[in-house]
Amino acid sequence: MKDHGTISRRTLVKTGLGAVAAPAILQILPAEAQSQTIKIGHVSPKTGPLAGFGEADGFILEQVRGILSKGLDNNGKTYKVEIITKDSQSNGNRAAEVASELILGDKVNLIVASATPDTTNPVSDQAEVNELPCITTNCPWQPYFFGRKGDPKKGFTWTYHFFWGLEDVIASFLALWDELPTNKVVGGLFPNDADGNAWGDPKLGLPPALAAAGYKLHDPGRYQLMNNDFTSQISAFKAAGAEIVTGNMIPPDFATFWSQAAQQGFRPKIVTIGKALLFPSVIESLGERGNGLTSEIWWTPNHPFKSGLTGQSCQELTDTYTKASNRPWTQPLGFQHALFEIAIDVLKRAKNLNDPKSILDAIVSTNYQSIVGPIQWTGVPVKNVTKTPLVAGQWQRKNGKFDLVIAENKTAPNIPVGGKLQPIS
Amino acid sequence: MQWFNVVLQGVLIGGLYAMFAAGLSLIFGVMRLVNIAHGDLIVLAAYISLIVTQAMGVDPLTSLLLVVPVMALIGYALQRGLLNRTLGEDLLPPLLVTFGLSIIIQNGLLELFTADSRRLQAGTIEILTFQVTQSVWVGALPLIQFGVAVAAVAGLQALFYKTALGRAFRATSDDQSVAQLMGLDTRHVFAMAMALSLAIVAIAGVFLAIRTNFDPAIGSARLIFGFEAVIIGGLGSMWGTLAGGIILGISQAIGAQIDPGWQLLAGHIVFLAILAVRPQGLFPKVSG
Repeated sequence: MKDHGTISRRTLVKTGLGAVAAPAILQILPAEAQSQTIKIGHVSPKTGPLAGFGEADGFILEQVRGILSKGLDNNGKTYKVEIITKDSQSNGNRAAEVASELILGDKVNLIVASATPDTTNPVSDQAEVNELPCITTNCPWQPYFFGRKGDPKKGFTWTYHFFWGLEDVIASFLALWDELPTNKVVGGLFPNDADGNAWGDPKLGLPPALAAAGYKLHDPGRYQLMNNDFTSQISAFKAAGAEIVTGNMIPPDFATFWSQAAQQGFRPKIVTIGKALLFPSVIESLGERGNGLTSEIWWTPNHPFKSGLTGQSCQELTDTYTKASNRPWTQPLGFQHALFEIAIDVLKRAKNLNDPKSILDAIVSTNYQSIVGPIQWTGVPVKNVTKTPLVAGQWQRKNGKFDLVIAENKTAPNIPVGGKLQPIS
Repeated sequence: MQWFNVVLQGVLIGGLYAMFAAGLSLIFGVMRLVNIAHGDLIVLAAYISLIVTQAMGVDPLTSLLLVVPVMALIGYALQRGLLNRTLGEDLLPPLLVTFGLSIIIQNGLLELFTADSRRLQAGTIEILTFQVTQSVWVGALPLIQFGVAVAAVAGLQALFYKTALGRAFRATSDDQSVAQLMGLDTRHVFAMAMALSLAIVAIAGVFLAIRTNFDPAIGSARLIFGFEAVIIGGLGSMWGTLAGGIILGISQAIGAQIDPGWQLLAGHIVFLAILAVRPQGLFPKVSG
């Protein structure tokens, strides 16, 4: 009698042994191929409160890996490139931990990271300590540079960053407000976190710049994140007669403030808030009340740049993304793409890929046209930072859909304006 | 007049804190279980309401008719299937299991709904407001929210002292083994308590989600006020929990009026002061 259903003892032993041995063999393989494989380590928040910033990572990585499947040319030789990505879980300690795993465990040749000081700073610090080249983005440069106790005279050796700074936010907000006649009285909402303290800083933040431009800022003081009650701020703004509200908030805090403002009869003409109003999902969630809110703009599908890696225009990149993911585009998308563009450009130009110093030299000599604009570290504003253009704009509802319209471009005239600033009705 | 407004808004927020706290207070009173996942269950309720409002086209307050029973069912199943197995002499296992549950709920919601910031849209009632005096405005929604909180607490209190189920809760809370000897199935009693707790969580979740944005990660940040309200009011006392919530709301509002940086600090200081002077809380249940 034959029984087809059962597995014979010998087959079991053979396959079983194979399964046991496979990981060991697999582990040996990359070690042997190490001379040919170049590794890029990548850290970003994929879970936790900052997950919105890492949302497009899956798409970006797939696109980049597709291009890299043919290998990377360097000095006439073709190398395999492997990207190892790790989740910071929106937590600075975790970001430092995975960065050190990438550097010491996976022995990556270059590390890249993005999204807020909670990711860029710990990763950069690990890279600096372990003397490994590192490129970061998506964090205003002051929290990145001064948050890491950088000295503008010396700078850092191994870590480089591209994004805009607080001075750009201030300039573009002021240019935006000049579009409408107001009484120039401004209410400020700054939380007690890295961003809020930098924005509200009486020496380097918004207060002196606004005063210089003739605006009167009422800043009741730093509130704690995840605030449940903005009554004291709202009554202070009402008493001062503020027609403009500005600040740097997280989405839940802004939503609380904005519904309380309506419930307590406070109706400003312009509301320009950093960070909270970046994502379309947040604006959608506010419904009718999202119409007319204004925010800083780092990147849109209408920016006049092209990817040096894929040749895509900004519009083409967002179209591919929305088609692949069925999700609305978000501003970090361009920067996530640019981060890998620059990493690959650096690896192509490095004289000796096995020497970290040589990769670092390639970073320093970067002169690249990316999807977020030209990238070249020239020492302005500081040695390790180069800036990308920043403008400001308004969420306008047309036919039931929200559109982020660029309403001023004084700070970056090469970016086309999309419409006029409307007061909040 | 400005101070009147501050205290008034503080009282209204206190209602929300009391709703966060009532469910916690209830299950701690009945089975000495500290539910770390309470905040995440609030967020879960908000997401269930989101699905109901989108699928059926009803407004969030109407969706409560469905969300409350669903959450109660989840509570019953959770207690029978999981938490009952962890209860015993040691307080640690249920604490650890609910901690794990909190992580599972957060990441489950992240998988299902992404990290998008959502809100329940209740339409015009959101911005409906009454002007009491020149500087005092009262929003309709905070008022309803406070009314519902008072009603929920009154309902729980009545249930505790006027019904057979309430008697079973109190008996089990006083002495579990004697209650069992008297023929009470404590597994069922515990599960009913958890069901009730999550029914209130459902209400709290929907009101929170109309008031502000939510995403899978915000639950635990809201939990601390619930705990503080329970401790201030006294463990196991429903009216005490409401009072605790209101005291917390007012002290935060007064702190914020002095300086926004003092808002949470003022709440924490009042909490610590009460813990130091009256560790049993302001209105403790008769100690057994």
